[in-house]
Amino acid sequence: MLYREAGQFKTSYASDQAVFPILQDRVGILIILVIAFIGIPVTGNDFLINAVMIPFLIFSLAAIGLNLLTGYTGLLSLGTGAFMGVGAYACYKLTTVFPDVNIIIWVIVSGFFSAAVGAVFGLPSLRIKGFYLAIATLAAQFFLEWCFIRIPWLYNYNVSAAIEVPQRELFGIIITGPRASAQTRYLIVLTIVVAMTWMASNIVHGRIGRMWMAIRDMDIAAELMGIRLLPTKLLAFAVSSFYCGVAGAMLVFLWYGGAESTVFSINESFTILFMIIIGGLGSLLGSFLGAALIYILPIILRFVPPQLGLPLHAATVEHMTFMITGALIVFFLIAEPAGLARLWQIGKQKLRVWPFPY
Amino acid sequence: MGLLYQIFIDPFVQMGTAPDLFVQTLWEGLVGGMLYALIALGFVLIFKASGVFNFAQGIMVVFAALTLVGLYNVGVPAFLALGLSIAVMFVLAFTVERVVLRPLVNQPDIILFMATFGITYFLIGFGEFVFGGDPKVMITDQLYLPKGTITYKALGGVVSLQKLDIAAAIIASIMVAGLAVFFSKTRIGRALRAVADSHSAALSVGISLEQIWVIVWFAAGLVALVTGIFWGARSDVSFALDVIALKALPVLILGGFTSIPGAIVGGLIIGIGEKLGEFYWGPLIGGGTDAWFAYVIALVFLLFRPQGLFGERIIERV
Amino acid sequence: MRATGGPEAAVGDVLLSVENVSLSFGGVKAVSDVSFDIRKGEIRAIIGPNGAGKTSMLNVINGFYHPQHGRITFKGETRARMRPHEAAYGGIARTFQNVALFRGMTALDNIMAGRTLKMHTSFFWQLFRYGPAMREEVDHRHRVEEIIDFLKIQEIRRVPVGRLPYGLQKRVELGRALAMEPELLLLDEPMAGMNLEEKEDMSRFVLDVNDHYGTTIALIEHDMGVVMDLSDRVVVLDHGIKIADGTPDEVKRNQAVIDAYLGVAH
Repeated sequence: MLYREAGQFKTSYASDQAVFPILQDRVGILIILVIAFIGIPVTGNDFLINAVMIPFLIFSLAAIGLNLLTGYTGLLSLGTGAFMGVGAYACYKLTTVFPDVNIIIWVIVSGFFSAAVGAVFGLPSLRIKGFYLAIATLAAQFFLEWCFIRIPWLYNYNVSAAIEVPQRELFGIIITGPRASAQTRYLIVLTIVVAMTWMASNIVHGRIGRMWMAIRDMDIAAELMGIRLLPTKLLAFAVSSFYCGVAGAMLVFLWYGGAESTVFSINESFTILFMIIIGGLGSLLGSFLGAALIYILPIILRFVPPQLGLPLHAATVEHMTFMITGALIVFFLIAEPAGLARLWQIGKQKLRVWPFPY
Repeated sequence: MGLLYQIFIDPFVQMGTAPDLFVQTLWEGLVGGMLYALIALGFVLIFKASGVFNFAQGIMVVFAALTLVGLYNVGVPAFLALGLSIAVMFVLAFTVERVVLRPLVNQPDIILFMATFGITYFLIGFGEFVFGGDPKVMITDQLYLPKGTITYKALGGVVSLQKLDIAAAIIASIMVAGLAVFFSKTRIGRALRAVADSHSAALSVGISLEQIWVIVWFAAGLVALVTGIFWGARSDVSFALDVIALKALPVLILGGFTSIPGAIVGGLIIGIGEKLGEFYWGPLIGGGTDAWFAYVIALVFLLFRPQGLFGERIIERV
Repeated sequence: MRATGGPEAAVGDVLLSVENVSLSFGGVKAVSDVSFDIRKGEIRAIIGPNGAGKTSMLNVINGFYHPQHGRITFKGETRARMRPHEAAYGGIARTFQNVALFRGMTALDNIMAGRTLKMHTSFFWQLFRYGPAMREEVDHRHRVEEIIDFLKIQEIRRVPVGRLPYGLQKRVELGRALAMEPELLLLDEPMAGMNLEEKEDMSRFVLDVNDHYGTTIALIEHDMGVVMDLSDRVVVLDHGIKIADGTPDEVKRNQAVIDAYLGVAH
């Protein structure tokens, strides 16, 4: 009964072209935002905020980044981890060279470095696609990972070969480093993720999004309609890498507090890719759902079986996570290639016509 | 000038003045390349017969080796364990066909490709879940594989060859020759090639896709087992090998996805190239170049010759 | 001859001409030494048996294939080869033999995608979907709605095109091409695989586009009845060679054409 659009008439194309044309959706988004911005920081404990919400949001942003490239433009990338790494190392260099500029600015600016690197490694996409391109992005992954290890300048010649997040403040409040509170870091991450999600949604609903999807669905037709393939694909690589870069910078500066190159390995690339396969290729909502499932699955495996009297080894949990993830991917590709996001839509459709089946 | 000398002159001077070291490095590269070629061969088999780009091939190598060693470690005699491992690879082929491939017939290639990521992760989790995640030692002695080294005094120095590597080379050659005959001479081989061209057309002339897929995945599984034994003998058996297994991908770019000779030549080029590159040029930029050398070569190929060394050019139609 | 009279009487200057175009793929000749022209405002049919090089000819015209020999003159500008985006900017739109819609997008988004060339707001405004970006989006939505009304596909606006029946997909594809406001519209077998009723509808749309927007149309079609009814002039290809060119009546009487279609031994 609640989810009905009957009686909501569109009187202009402007309102019909809105991202959320249905009132209930707008109310729903508002409620989620209120809970996220006020409810969770006020009532949530450190575990919820630090170990669940912050990484969930950061991984969601990275998943959105990859989804713009793979889900919307149809270009499969296995270099996500490395592009996140570029953001993290760029942010580290920037804040250690120019410590007086606010760290949040550097987190955002580091995305531009990642975007530039992404565009360079996107160049082969003019001539190749599918798994050929996936292999080309592996070159980015392994070459950049090598750079993170072998170019000591990137980590300021630290003996540990790791980057350590220095303490930085905003309006006198500590926001990075070991002494920053989880709530503060959470709110910063949340603000950035919400703003960037909103922008991603604007892009994919407009001209650029249509160009990307046109290339994904039928590149020849797109080309003959005057969409120039190389600039459009490079834009997708750049925007995607920007999102991944910002996510990588936040991962280190607002969550881990320090990192080695191994954080940005090929496994990270796969994790993000699995999030969007399970969540839904070509869906922003799916990026969040997939990130939630992949990130929260091991947490559930770690904490629920002991409650049921089945203690599992940490190693066993890891093995089971791998198995379940693999099985889920195959399951979703077979049963619902559009992922969790599609299941959500079907659910909404059912609600719309409830209590009737059709 | 100094830098140019270091890049273009010095390595060749070194090769000339210490030919024994050069030959030794070349041999190491050749052996490594042969293993890449074997993994790539598994890819080619499956791609030729089903059009599926099987990302899991590298993991199947580790999984096969892990099964063999794991069974031996729980007390199964070595050759019985070998037989059981072959059976496991058959069950794997059968299961993959039933659970993954059959429901995905006629889906876009990229969906099948991503499904093999799922297989990869499942096999990693399953293998470690059953046999444990700790690195294991390959049972070379129990399988009567030769060990020790042959040492030649030649070229003003000493060149030493592992007997095991020589055995690997011989067995690999026999296997490749056998596969080549199988593909070109037998009825099943022709059916395999028909399926590769078009699933639906093959179905319409009465070829059983299910059967073909099980056979070809099983063949790839056997190749994986052989590769796994020799690879495991060179290092420990554990899923940490998976990064190395990915190297077969650039090999395929070089060799083309459908060419068995291509896979072998590509494997050897990559193997030798990365060893020589790392030995003579690597130190100039800090070493560790073999982590990305193969991929960058592949990238260059993709830009200038996307169909690989032996592949055919594709004409797009509308 | 054409069933309708009307503004097509204004058929005039040459809009596009191809001269001595030859195209081959690795030794296989697809088109050899073909020349013809298309005049402003006319409906020009390209016919011929299977494998005659008709689709290759369209691909040459809008720059997807690059011929080895010959010249293409479009709107007074002569070049050895067209590039796809030059053709699109110059006003050449195209539909495909096998429907080439963007399957993951709705009918509305497909047609909106056809407006891409006419949309110019910067990436910055797109980010905020506000101000100029939103105004542009709404302006173009108006134009797209006109096309949707014209093709009578209002009720399938929001349906992903992959789920539409074939006939409607063809119609959406025509809509997408029309959204480009082309001067020259290339239709590759617009009626293939349609039943009689759908063919009549589609013929009506083709004539209406020609009348209403004054668009020049070049079409490939197998149904001779349709070709004879719709087109002003016909060019006939066989094995990549032009064997006839003229009005439908002239072509119908041409011995070479009759031979090609009936397969007379040479």
